[in-house]
Amino acid sequence: MDTRDTPEQAELRRAARQLASRLGPATVADLADETRAKRLAVAVRDAGWLELRDVGQEGPPLAGGVEVAIVADALGAAVGDVAFAGPVLARDLARRAGATAMEGSVVGFSSPLRDAALVTGAVTASPIFGVDAGDGIVAALVLVPDAEGFRLAQVRGERTGGPTTATDVTRNVRVIPAGTPVHAIAGQTRRLTRDDLAQWSALGLAVTSADLVGVMRGVLDVTVAYASERRQFGVPVGSFQAVQHLLADAHCLMEGSLSVALHASWSVDNRSPDDACEAGRIAKAYCARAARTVCETAVQVHGGIGNTWDCVVHVYLRRALLSSQWFGDDAAQLAELQELRLGATRGLS
Amino acid sequence: MDFRDSPAEAEFRDRLRAWLAANNPGLPTSSTDDEYWARQAEWHTALYDAGFFGLSWPARFGGHDLPAVFDVILDDELAAAGAPPRPSLGYLVQGISTHGSNAIQERFLPGLISGRERWCQGFSEPDAGSDLASLRTTATRDGDEYVIDGHKIWTSYSDVADWCLLLARTDAGSAGGGAASPHERVPKHKGLSAFAVPMQQPGIEQRPLRMINGITNEFGQVLFDGARVSAANMIGEPGEGWRLAMTIVSHEREPGELGYVARYAKTVRQLEENVCADPSAFRRDQCEAVSWAYVQTEMLRLHVCRRLSERLDGVDHGPGGSIDKLLMTWVEQSVGSAALAVSGARAVTDGDDEALKVYLYSRAQSVMGGTSQIQKNIVATRILGLPTV
Repeated sequence: MDTRDTPEQAELRRAARQLASRLGPATVADLADETRAKRLAVAVRDAGWLELRDVGQEGPPLAGGVEVAIVADALGAAVGDVAFAGPVLARDLARRAGATAMEGSVVGFSSPLRDAALVTGAVTASPIFGVDAGDGIVAALVLVPDAEGFRLAQVRGERTGGPTTATDVTRNVRVIPAGTPVHAIAGQTRRLTRDDLAQWSALGLAVTSADLVGVMRGVLDVTVAYASERRQFGVPVGSFQAVQHLLADAHCLMEGSLSVALHASWSVDNRSPDDACEAGRIAKAYCARAARTVCETAVQVHGGIGNTWDCVVHVYLRRALLSSQWFGDDAAQLAELQELRLGATRGLS
Repeated sequence: MDFRDSPAEAEFRDRLRAWLAANNPGLPTSSTDDEYWARQAEWHTALYDAGFFGLSWPARFGGHDLPAVFDVILDDELAAAGAPPRPSLGYLVQGISTHGSNAIQERFLPGLISGRERWCQGFSEPDAGSDLASLRTTATRDGDEYVIDGHKIWTSYSDVADWCLLLARTDAGSAGGGAASPHERVPKHKGLSAFAVPMQQPGIEQRPLRMINGITNEFGQVLFDGARVSAANMIGEPGEGWRLAMTIVSHEREPGELGYVARYAKTVRQLEENVCADPSAFRRDQCEAVSWAYVQTEMLRLHVCRRLSERLDGVDHGPGGSIDKLLMTWVEQSVGSAALAVSGARAVTDGDDEALKVYLYSRAQSVMGGTSQIQKNIVATRILGLPTV
């Protein structure tokens, strides 16, 4: 048992953090800088990070859940406005089906973004959400159940022009309306099983947890710096115990979150699908609750300015809200854990 | 990154599991029953004699020279077997090894680790709690001995202890001591020294304290009135007491050193079993409290894995122990809350309710070993670097 990064993991962590902080938006104004955002997207693509879960020479993916989580954590900390988890999760699912996801694909989710969408007809029966899609035409992968398991199919969304209406101002959520045609994907060599989906969910839970850990670290750095500079009563507000204790609590929540999230990311490829899923649920339950508290603390410590659009803390909070909801928030994970461990059903009073 | 057992770890786990299957003493949960403390010495020596205690400590003092992560396996298996947690004395071992001379280490560590000699810790006083450096107990040189006078409190297991690791003022000029004028005083944390004081002697009076959950065998006050200790029993140099105390309290804050994960995991398992026996008898909020306690306990287990792995690099966490202490406190108190939630009305109709005792005991965690408020001060100023004025 040795939970430290390998030298390669440590190097990836260093490189990802450096790239994300260099090219991520440092301010709200930076979000409008398309040249910067484009450079970030190109850098992430050129680093090969979108291909981490593509098939390697021997069959298993090129990299483990740990490596995907390392990049997600770095992008979360820098509120990186680039599609990463969305495409990687689509490519992971496509690999399991022996198919290749076309460029720009993400997995389509049913509301409330907990599960990959199941589709049975020729057209979709309800809206499908493409989370963390890029700016182009979105192709959302959906699951079509049959006697042998699940096939992959896809639905196409239109390019949406104009400003984003998504809550998270760093990542898109594209809505594909009900009634959209469902297209078969050619060349699938195998059916997806429940185990495939459990392992894929474990990856999703681990990646969203890692993103939340990054968000917490990033927003805390910003907030500690602000509390050290902002003066009231002639002294920095960060010298007041009332403020110090809020930030100390937040820092501890981030540290505890890192410990559970690391384990969830390692579990993806190294434990049974059910165990990996449970590790993911534990991590997600903890990280989602923690991130909410940490981001709310950041807003509070920033005072009035923290409640304005131009202060960067809401960018972190908004990103945390999406990462929490995606694959299920803390309440959803606790309900799943109750069902798994206590035999309690979701319908319990 | 690998959370799996190495072959050596797996072999150790199997051996431990087999031993526990035959040797679990079936003691009550430590927090809720006096019987636990009455039989704890037996458990300590049994665990030690079987080769499962003191894993990361030096073999020459009775330890096993193993990496600290073996303690994760020990805690896992103790919890899974429903066995008592390991004795929590790693912080005393750390304090004596860091500051004691070779002679002191050779004299005291083997008995401490094997459980043949039992220890308590005399730090806090009625007027020196969070402000430990203002303590007033004095150690006055008298030939080859020191004479101890003072009043210690929150001294766990002092009534069964052979030795007390005592912090006392040896420099009467330092603040809190003698009658020197203010400008003559040395800073109050500089006049302190540490001793191994024999507890079985005249001049020591024990006054047990009853805790809020009713147990009496844990806490106490100890009055020293002319008690004597050999000068050779000083641990560290004269005036090194404060640094020793800081070494001890920083480790006393580390769940990896304390082994409490096993206690929490055992309680959560019991709560889960209670609910599983009849899920329809429990409301959703009660189930959610248990699931949250499970999530918290897993967090702490994995956090300890990470911390003990970092020790493979020789990392000394220093103020990081305060982070771990706060996390541990939140875990213990969410386990306590879950116990109270599951117990429901029984917790108010039966004052002997086990869950009630677990809940009440959990409130002490945010005070013992340094209050949560002190830990937050440390995290804010020494880790986050927030300004002080």
